[in-house]
Amino acid sequence: MLTVDRISKSFRGLKAVSGASFEVAQGSITALIGPNGAGKTTCFNMIAGVFPPDSGEITFDGRKIQGIRPDQVCVAGIGRTFQIVKPFAGLSVLDNVMVGSFLKEKTARGARAVAMEVLKKLRLDAKAELLASSLTLPDRKRLEVARALATRPKLLLLDEVMAGLRPTECDLMVEVFRDLNRADGLTIMLIEHVMRAVMALAHKVVVLHHGVIIAGGAPAEVVRNQAVLDCYLGEETEV
Amino acid sequence: MSRRAVVLLFVLGGFLLVLPKIANPYLLSVATLILYLAYTGQAWNVMMGFAGQLSLGHSLYVGVGAYASAALFFHYGIGPWAGLWLSVALCVALGAAIGFLAFRFGISGVYFALLTIAFAEFTRVGFDHLQWTGGSGGLFLKVAQRDQIDLANFRGPPEMYYYAILFLTVAAFAACNLLLKSKAGYYWQAIRENEEAAQALGINTFRWKMLAVVISAAMTAVSGVFFAFYYNNLFPEQIFHISRSIEIILAPVIGGVGTLFGPILGATVLTVLSDSITELLAHFGWEVPGIKQVFYGVVLLLVIMFLPNGIWPALSRKLGLAK
Repeated sequence: MLTVDRISKSFRGLKAVSGASFEVAQGSITALIGPNGAGKTTCFNMIAGVFPPDSGEITFDGRKIQGIRPDQVCVAGIGRTFQIVKPFAGLSVLDNVMVGSFLKEKTARGARAVAMEVLKKLRLDAKAELLASSLTLPDRKRLEVARALATRPKLLLLDEVMAGLRPTECDLMVEVFRDLNRADGLTIMLIEHVMRAVMALAHKVVVLHHGVIIAGGAPAEVVRNQAVLDCYLGEETEV
Repeated sequence: MSRRAVVLLFVLGGFLLVLPKIANPYLLSVATLILYLAYTGQAWNVMMGFAGQLSLGHSLYVGVGAYASAALFFHYGIGPWAGLWLSVALCVALGAAIGFLAFRFGISGVYFALLTIAFAEFTRVGFDHLQWTGGSGGLFLKVAQRDQIDLANFRGPPEMYYYAILFLTVAAFAACNLLLKSKAGYYWQAIRENEEAAQALGINTFRWKMLAVVISAAMTAVSGVFFAFYYNNLFPEQIFHISRSIEIILAPVIGGVGTLFGPILGATVLTVLSDSITELLAHFGWEVPGIKQVFYGVVLLLVIMFLPNGIWPALSRKLGLAK
C-alpha cells in the first residue's frame, strides 16, 4: 500500500534520514521504532507532505506522493496525528472531530454523525461538548486520533500516541487500534517508544537508527536482533 | 441558540423595526450609525473572527466601495444598484490580490496586518491625486430630497437609510450564522485555531483563507456604498484613514471577536456610551475635542483587562443565552 524507496533528508548538513526504504502492507500494522533522534518523525513528515525528501520516492496506492502538500496527502487517504498534540483549543471536542469528517461529508448533519461515531470508538463521546482546551493529555491524544480517523483514511500514521499514557490507558488504545485494524481493515503505521504497545499491536517492526534502517521483521525477531540490541543498549566492548 | 435567545432576538427585531416611528431624528441617526458599524464589523469578523486573518486595513474596502459607486453616480448618473456590482467586483479583486500575495508567500500574523495597512494607505494616497474623483478635495453627491423616496437612486429620508442598513445588518447576521454552521465555518475556525493541524485534515488552507478575504471584502464594499449615499461626501483623508480601519474593528473586538452578536453589541455599547458622554459634557457646557477617542481607548483597555474575549461571551453566559 505504502512504499518508501530510499528516501533521504538533511537539515543543514545533518543527515536525519538517509536512504530509508520500507513497505507498509495493506491491512497491516507496522511500527517504526528507534532511539531518540533516529529520524522517525522526519520519515513521517516526509510521508505526510510536511516537507519533501531530498531524494527517493514515496508511493501510496500506486501513486507517487512525495512533494505534495499535507492536505493533498490527507485527501489521498493518509491520516496523521502529531507527536505534540495540536487540538483546535477554542472549539468543542465534537467540532474538532467534525473538521475532520467534513473531508468526506458535505453537510454539517452528516459530519456530526460521523464525528459522534468516531468519538464513541475512542470513548470520548461523553466529552463531546467540552472545549478541547479543557481535556487532559491522554484525552487530547485520543482527540488527535479521533480527528484523523474522521477523515476516513486508508492509512493512519500515529506519532507516539501512547507516550504519557498510563498502562491501563495504553491497553485501551491498543484495543481501539486492534479493533480498527480488524473490523474496519484500517492500515496503521505507528511511531512508538512504548514497547508494550508495539509488541501487542505490530505485525511488522522497522528499526531506524541514525537515519538508517538497521532491521525489519516480525516483532519477536526484531527484539532479538543483535544490531537492534546494540543501538538501544550500546555495543559490547572488551574491557 | 437557547429558547431565551430566540425570544430576545424577536423582541430586539421588533424594537428595531418600529424604532423610526418613536425616535427623533437624532436618535435615528445614532441608530443608523450603530447598525452601520455593526454591519461593517460583521464583515471584518468573517476574516478575523472566523478565519483568524487580521486585517487592519478594512477602510480600503469601505473607501473603494464608496468611491466606485459614488463616482458612477456623480459622473454618469448611474444609480447604486448598478454601481454596487462595480464596488463589489473591485473590492473582491483587491482582497484577492492582497490574499494571494500574503498566503502564497506565507505572510501571516502581524506581517499580514501590515500588508493590509499598506494597501489602504497607498490607495489613500492614490485617491488624493485622482482628479476624476475630486482628489483630496473630496467627492460630493447632491444631498437627497429628504421627503421623497427615490429607491432607484437610493435617495430619500433618513428612515429609508435606516431600514436599508437594518436589512443589511440582519442579512449579514443570517449569512454569517449559516456560514459558521457550514463546512466553511468549521474549516475557517480550524485554520484560525491551528493551521498546521487544519492542513493535516485535508484542508487546502490557501483556498479557504482566500474565500474568507473575498467574502469579507465584498461585504465591506456594500458598506462603502451605503456610506457614500448616506453621508454624501467622501474624502480620501477620512475614508481610507487607518483610524477608520480601527473604528471598524473596535465593535467586534469589544463585543466579541468571532461571535455573531459581538459586532452588534460592541457597536451599540460604544456608540451609545460615547454619544451619551459627549452629550452629557455638552450639557454642562464643556466642549472636549477628542473625548470620543479617549473614551474608545478606555473601553478598549477595560475590555482587554477584564473581558479579553469581549462582552458578548460573558453576557450570554450570565443571561443563560448560550446553548
